Amino acid sequence: MSAEVKEKEPLFSPKNLKLIKTPINLSNPITVQVLGICSALAVTAKLMPAIVLSISVVVVMAASNVVVSLLRNGIPPRIRIIVQLVVIASMVILVDQVLKAFVYDVSKQLSVFVGLIITNCIIMGRLEAFAMSNKPWPAFLDGIGNALGYGIILIIVAFFRELLGSGTLLDIQVIPDGFYEFGYKNNGLMILPPMALITVGVIIWVQRFYTRDLIEKN
Amino acid sequence: MYTNGYIFRYAAIMVIIAAALLSTAAMLLKPFQERNIAIDKMGGILTSAKIPDVDASNAMSLFNKYVKEEIVINENGDVVESYTDGRMEDGKAFKIDMKKELYKKSQGEPYELPLYVIEEGGKKLYIIPLRGIGLWGPIWGNMALSDDFNSIIGVTFAHKGETPGLGAEITTDIFTKQFIGKKIFNDQNEFMSIMVVKGGAEKLPENQRIHGVDAITGGTITCNGVNDMIKDILDSYLPYLQKNR
Repeated sequence: MSAEVKEKEPLFSPKNLKLIKTPINLSNPITVQVLGICSALAVTAKLMPAIVLSISVVVVMAASNVVVSLLRNGIPPRIRIIVQLVVIASMVILVDQVLKAFVYDVSKQLSVFVGLIITNCIIMGRLEAFAMSNKPWPAFLDGIGNALGYGIILIIVAFFRELLGSGTLLDIQVIPDGFYEFGYKNNGLMILPPMALITVGVIIWVQRFYTRDLIEKN
Repeated sequence: MYTNGYIFRYAAIMVIIAAALLSTAAMLLKPFQERNIAIDKMGGILTSAKIPDVDASNAMSLFNKYVKEEIVINENGDVVESYTDGRMEDGKAFKIDMKKELYKKSQGEPYELPLYVIEEGGKKLYIIPLRGIGLWGPIWGNMALSDDFNSIIGVTFAHKGETPGLGAEITTDIFTKQFIGKKIFNDQNEFMSIMVVKGGAEKLPENQRIHGVDAITGGTITCNGVNDMIKDILDSYLPYLQKNR
């Protein structure tokens, strides 16, 4: 199949690369489209779950985008949402089972959040908006791009929340004991959901400051 | 245009394929998952008894090295079975499903509970598995008692889905190390359990401080769950503990 595509356009043509790049910045699912906020609030209190969840979302999103894209000509429009849900749910259960079998410690940490990938609106949004009307390879790239855009924000938020909230990164203490002796205290508010929202807000602010294209022209 | 017949056939076939795929995956992966769960259980038991350097790769061999006896007790505190020879993971105690037994207890039916005996440095430690309810789902763990059946040597906790950074902190050393050296009976031999209280043991009357630990800020419901779990489980073991003290 790849040979066939190559004749028409190279695998990583500028157009295809754009599918990966745009969602990371210009149409980032979290900061620009404001999708998937719920999980961004829930799993970002610690860095490790955020990283593993991002990887899981990349896998689920790429796989379900490809599957739906392969099926796109046979899916009856009237039950397309149900078909998409079945695909996503199956992928998520597979990922969960594999995590439990081979990286049990990580799966213990993630616990319910893997199951909650099913409810991540980004995945269904991309299936509906992109995979249903595009070929498998672009759909694959689109899935990776959007999942990365989502994951990057998740990891940035988790980095600050764990650093300021618990004084650790990946459960390793990074703020020296000396700071605490001088009266420095971990900010307990950082590990509560509201600060995740504020952190996301700050990221949106910074992103808009550097990406002028995002600013609305009245 | 898609006919109704096509839609029904499409849905039926899709569901069958998805079901077949998922059940195959579940069946193929089940042995690995069960092994992981068993290893995790052994790791918890060993860690609560302060056996150093336990990890997933050596838990099984260390478990067989340190655990000398697996006891099954009934609701009257009598020993039903004592398993000392052979592979420890094959013992009846190790296979007991705490969830089922605690359900039987809540229904007023007879039940059986496991107890593990670890020998280290010539001293016997008794490990009681714990199981209870947190905020979002089950919480469980192990409590190692010294041979006076009163002082706590160590505890471990685990959970299915407590909030990261809040309730999930019950698994951290900062929380669990508070339990070391606490006592479950007072000087009058009354059962006191361990109280998880806001503000820590200092908030309790002086004579109760040896039974109290500090709860986690923002994890109140999980900590209440830990408190209730310890109380309920120790209560189930109470007949045995009192007979042997």
